[in-house]
Amino acid sequence: MYVAVKGGEKAIDNAHRLLAHARRGPADLPEVAPAQIAAQLTLGVDRVMAEGSLYDRDLAALAVKQARGDLVEAAFLVRAFRTTLPRFGHSLPVDTTRMGVERRVSATFRDLPGGQVLGPTFDYTHRLIDFRLAAGAEPPAPAEAPATPDEPMPRVTDLLDGEALIEREAPGEEGAPIGDLTREPLDFPADRDLRLQALARGDEGFLLALAYSTQRGYGRTHPFVGEVRFGEVAVEFVPEELGFAVPLGRVAVTECQMVNQFKGSAQVPPQFTRGYGLVFGQSERKAMSMALVDRALRAREFGEEVVAPAQDEEFVLAHADNVQATGFVEHLKLPHYVDFQAELELVRRMRAEHAARGSEAVGMREAAE
Amino acid sequence: MTALPRQTQDDGHAARQAAMAACSEATCAELAQALEQLAPLPAAEDLRAPETGLVMLRGRMGGDGRPFNLGEATVTRAAVRLATGEAGFAYHLGRDAGRARLAAILDALWQAPARRTAVEAALAPIRARLAAEAGTRARRTAATRVDFFTMVRGES
Repeated sequence: MYVAVKGGEKAIDNAHRLLAHARRGPADLPEVAPAQIAAQLTLGVDRVMAEGSLYDRDLAALAVKQARGDLVEAAFLVRAFRTTLPRFGHSLPVDTTRMGVERRVSATFRDLPGGQVLGPTFDYTHRLIDFRLAAGAEPPAPAEAPATPDEPMPRVTDLLDGEALIEREAPGEEGAPIGDLTREPLDFPADRDLRLQALARGDEGFLLALAYSTQRGYGRTHPFVGEVRFGEVAVEFVPEELGFAVPLGRVAVTECQMVNQFKGSAQVPPQFTRGYGLVFGQSERKAMSMALVDRALRAREFGEEVVAPAQDEEFVLAHADNVQATGFVEHLKLPHYVDFQAELELVRRMRAEHAARGSEAVGMREAAE
Repeated sequence: MTALPRQTQDDGHAARQAAMAACSEATCAELAQALEQLAPLPAAEDLRAPETGLVMLRGRMGGDGRPFNLGEATVTRAAVRLATGEAGFAYHLGRDAGRARLAAILDALWQAPARRTAVEAALAPIRARLAAEAGTRARRTAATRVDFFTMVRGES
């Protein structure tokens, strides 16, 4: 039997009014505009685009404002928005060698073609609170050096490829089906295309913890950062009515090529293996974590024993999505009065039976004496 | 310079794609300005009213391997037909319907051979802005390039 309970409508309305008021904050402070959030809280907006799995900077910034800075709630809002839109199709795969690179570092080669450019990074800052930001000081203009824009930047993994020292990626057959977890629910075992899609939209904190666990010995993969790069890539789409690739514009992505310790077989001499990370916006933490977890999840492919959480694809993929996770965890606070009433009845009956068994036992003991 | 680095081979549409690329990165005001410059214009009717939807963006495993679905992007499309017969299309990242419709009109105008030179000229300021921005970005990035030097320690 299902008993619907009504009530609380006025309380809910008033709670939402109070929420709007709390969101606005003190009236004597200027209201923050979505454009300011998009331009100044860039990395938070990037995270919402990545975990909301929707590239739209203005929309993500508005979601951050609506969610009062709660980035998981903002990703939830973005996911809900996308369900209202039709799908026009899919893009051509982006070519990250043609990225307008704004940052690119390698931990494996000092002098690599294209060089190492640090770009706008927190690395090497002293992590001291900068009180000048509170005082509203204008930063100095960025330094400039001669450059040629839009020069292709080769992948670091191609440098080793010439000697077959590193695993080669096969481009796959044209027109081969590509898994899409927004269309078909995840099924296990999942192929690498689905795994990468799930990781790309997965929770940064969860992936970071899993990646860290592999470094601490839970499914060790001996990684090196082949390279991390950030910048904008062109997106192209072939509309049916035109039949040729139309440029849609550019999106900012972070890419990580992780180079991991060797594998070989009777057929293939030992070579480095690879893990890959690609995420919307600027997030090295997420891209590197994704690459580490991608490699860990390739255990089956390399005949490695699955002994750690990061290698267990069902564990990783079923729990990486923070919108799903927060929905299930937070639903616990919704009314469960009837469920709980049933449990209460049950525990009362069990206690009564326990008490009865106890007095029976006492009775039997007394009878035996 | 081209506004967008091209990843596909020239399939006979390169010049039209380059014009579309400039429009895809233009502001609504810039496109309106370009059209103003091309006046008087033939009437344009919607073949398809501007519509916002999703395109699934794809990457490749390892950058060069099999494709996978990275995540979606909002895309707005528009299609128009000019009174002179040409049909124009626009597909842009984002949700700006007005901008997509103006770009579709420019695409239609570009296809009329008699107008092409004028359309290219009207797009020139957009291209110049994009090139200037790309140049600044590249120069600022270049200033953060690491120049390694080797420290020689001890007696040689």
